[in-house]
Amino acid sequence: MTPFTTHAGRVAPLDRANVDTDQIIPKQFLKSIKRTGFGPNLFDEWRYLDVGQPGQDCAARPLNPDFVLNQPRYAGASVLLARANFGCGSSREHAPWALAEYGFRAIIAPSFADIFFNNSFKNGLLPIVMEAETVDALFAQCEASEGYALAIDLAAQTVTRPDGEVHRFEVDAFRKHCLLHGLDDIGLTLQHVDAIRAFEARHRAARPWVFAG
Amino acid sequence: MAGKTLYDKLWEMHEVSRRDDGSSLLYIDRHILHEVTSPQAFEGLRLAGRQPWRVSANLATPDHNVPTTKAERDGGLAAIVDEVSRLQVQTLDENCADFGITEFKMDDVRQGIVHVVGPEQGATLPGMTIVCGDSHTSTHGAFGALAHGIGTSEVEHVLATQCLVAQKMKNLRVTVDGALGPGVTAKDVVLAIIGKIGTAGGNGHALEFAGSAIRALSMEGRMTVCNMAIEAGARVGMVAVDEKTIDYLRGRPFAPQGADFEAAAAQWRTLVSDPDAVFDKDVHLRAEDIRPQVSWGTSPEMVLPVDARVPDPAREDDPVRKDAITRALRYMGLAPNQAITDIRLDRVFIGSCTNARIEDLRAAAAVARGRRVAATLKQALVVPGSGLVKAQAEREGLDRIFRDAGFEWREPGCSMCLAMNPDRLQPGEHCASTSNRNFEGRQGNGGRTHLVSPAMAAAAAIAGHFIDVRELS
Ligand code: SF4
Repeated sequence: MTPFTTHAGRVAPLDRANVDTDQIIPKQFLKSIKRTGFGPNLFDEWRYLDVGQPGQDCAARPLNPDFVLNQPRYAGASVLLARANFGCGSSREHAPWALAEYGFRAIIAPSFADIFFNNSFKNGLLPIVMEAETVDALFAQCEASEGYALAIDLAAQTVTRPDGEVHRFEVDAFRKHCLLHGLDDIGLTLQHVDAIRAFEARHRAARPWVFAG
Repeated sequence: MAGKTLYDKLWEMHEVSRRDDGSSLLYIDRHILHEVTSPQAFEGLRLAGRQPWRVSANLATPDHNVPTTKAERDGGLAAIVDEVSRLQVQTLDENCADFGITEFKMDDVRQGIVHVVGPEQGATLPGMTIVCGDSHTSTHGAFGALAHGIGTSEVEHVLATQCLVAQKMKNLRVTVDGALGPGVTAKDVVLAIIGKIGTAGGNGHALEFAGSAIRALSMEGRMTVCNMAIEAGARVGMVAVDEKTIDYLRGRPFAPQGADFEAAAAQWRTLVSDPDAVFDKDVHLRAEDIRPQVSWGTSPEMVLPVDARVPDPAREDDPVRKDAITRALRYMGLAPNQAITDIRLDRVFIGSCTNARIEDLRAAAAVARGRRVAATLKQALVVPGSGLVKAQAEREGLDRIFRDAGFEWREPGCSMCLAMNPDRLQPGEHCASTSNRNFEGRQGNGGRTHLVSPAMAAAAAIAGHFIDVRELS
C-alpha cells in the first residue's frame, strides 16, 4: 500500500450529500476481476454524457461540462471536498480504488459511511472527518478562489488552508500507523498467529457448532 | 455495573486480542463469498503465497451476474452472454475449486443470493460472526449473529487470517412496539425506520431491532428488517434470539444436528440484550403509526406512506436538503406535491435479498391471485432468492398464480436489484421494486426505483400505479 505522510494538492468541491458508491463507480464496472482500471470510470454517470461500458476508451467519450471534475479549474485535483455520509451504499472497494486511481489522496467531509471509510484506509486514501461548519467554510473558499489547495499532514493530523489557518482532525492510532508506513494489514495480523490459534482452540471447545458443517 | 447489549456479548465472544489503540482482532466464524467482490482477494492470496486459514468457514455462490431466464440458465456458464459477467462467475468457480471452498454453482439447486442462501442452509447461526464482501450481510443479524459487510481487502484478510481488525461500534436500539396493521409488513417497518432516522442515522453504530412488533415478525420478516440496517447507515443489524430463531434452524444442513443442536440452542438462548443494558442511542416507533411505505426519491430515506404526496422543495428551509429534494424530483421525473398513487409504473420487480424468500412470494401471490397485471406495464418479474425458495414456491403453486396473473417467473439471482445481469430498467422507467436501494441508476442507467413491500409491489403491478394494498383486499 502507498504510504501517506504529507500531501498538498488542489481541491475539487463535490457539493452534494449522500454520494453513494453506485455513483462513485457504477455497477457495470464491477465486473472486472482486477484491482485497477477504474479511474477513468470514477463518477461515470455524472462525468460523461453517454452511458459507459467496461473496456471502452473513455478518452473518446463526451464529457459533461457541468460536472465539477470536468471544469478546468479543478483539473489535477487530489483532495476531494464532499458532504455528509459520503460513500454510503455498497461495500464495493472499487469505490476507493477508482478515487485513488483518478488521483485523489484525501477526502474531506462531515461524515462518511462506515464501510467506505474503512475501505479507504486500505488503499492509501485518507478520509478526513471535519465539522460541518468547517467543511462549509472550505467549500466557500474553494469556490471563491481558483487553484485552491490544502496541505495535509497525517502525522500532525492537520489540514492547513492557504490563508494559514490550521484545522486538526482525528484519526485512530492503528489506521494512522498503517497508513503512515504503508503497512499490509494481513502481514501484521499474521504476527499474532499464536494468539489466533489459542483463541480458536478455546472457541472450538466452548462452541463446537461454529466448526460443524 | 450495567448489563450487556447483544452486540457487546457477540463482540466479547470473538475478541482475540485488543490493542492499545482501542482496535481489536476479531475472530470470524463464517465467511460467505460471491463473484463480484472476491476475485481480487483470491488474486492477493495467490500473489502472497497464502492459503485460507480455515477452509470450512467459507461458503460461496454466484448471484450478482447470473442470468435469470430458464434458457440462459440451462445453457450453463457458456450461456452467459455478457463476456465480462461470464468471466467473473467462472473465476469464482475456479477460485473455489483451487482452494477447496464449498460453492453452490449456478446449476446447483442450492444456488441463490448469498443472504438468502446462508440462513436457508443453517450456515448462518446465532452467536456467529459472519462477514461477506457485500453490505447487505447485515441480513444475517436477524439470527442474533454479528454480521456485516466488508471490502475486498478485508475479504482477503479474512481468508488469510480468519480475523478482522475492527473497532467496536456504539449501540443503537430501535424499538417498535405495538401491533402492525393488516397489509403492513416488515419492509414497511424498516422503510419507516429509515425515513425517521435517515440514511446516516446508524453510522458508527450496531443496530438492534427490538420491541413487540419486531418479536412478532417471522424470521423472514426479521431478515428483511436487518437487511436494510445498512440503508440506515448501520453496518450491523440484529434481532435477539428467541424460539422462532431456534425453530427456523432445526434440521438445516449446516446447523448442528440432534443433541448437538439442543446443546447449541441452550447457548443461543442467552443471546439477548440484558434488561439493564445501556444503549448509546434509543429510537422508538409505534407499530400502529406505520402505513404501507413507498420511496419517492433517490435515497432510501426519501420515503413516505402510500397516501402521502411527494415533498415540495419550496417548503424546505435547509439548503442542502432543498437541493437534494430538487435533484431527486428531477431525476425521478416527479412534480412537487404529486400524489404517490399518481406515479405510473413501467415495471415491477419482486425479488432481491430483502424480499425474495418464501414468505415474501406468498404475500405477493396472495395479492396477485385471480388478478391480472395492468396492460400498461412492460414487465412484472418475480425472482426467487434461491433455487430452494423457487422449488418450494412451485410446490405451493405460487408460480402458477404469478404466471396466470401475467408475471414472469424467473431463476434465482440478484436480477434487477442492481442490473449487473440482463434484467434492468431503461432510462426514465419507473419500477416498483422490493429491493433495498433506490440510488440513481441502481436498476439500470436512468432508471427510477420505488422501494416497496412484496404485497405493495404486487398491488402496483395489478393497478399500473401505486395503490394502498389495503384497498385491494
Ligand atoms: S439482491 Fe441486490 S442488494 Fe442483495 S446482494 Fe444481490 S445485488 Fe446486493
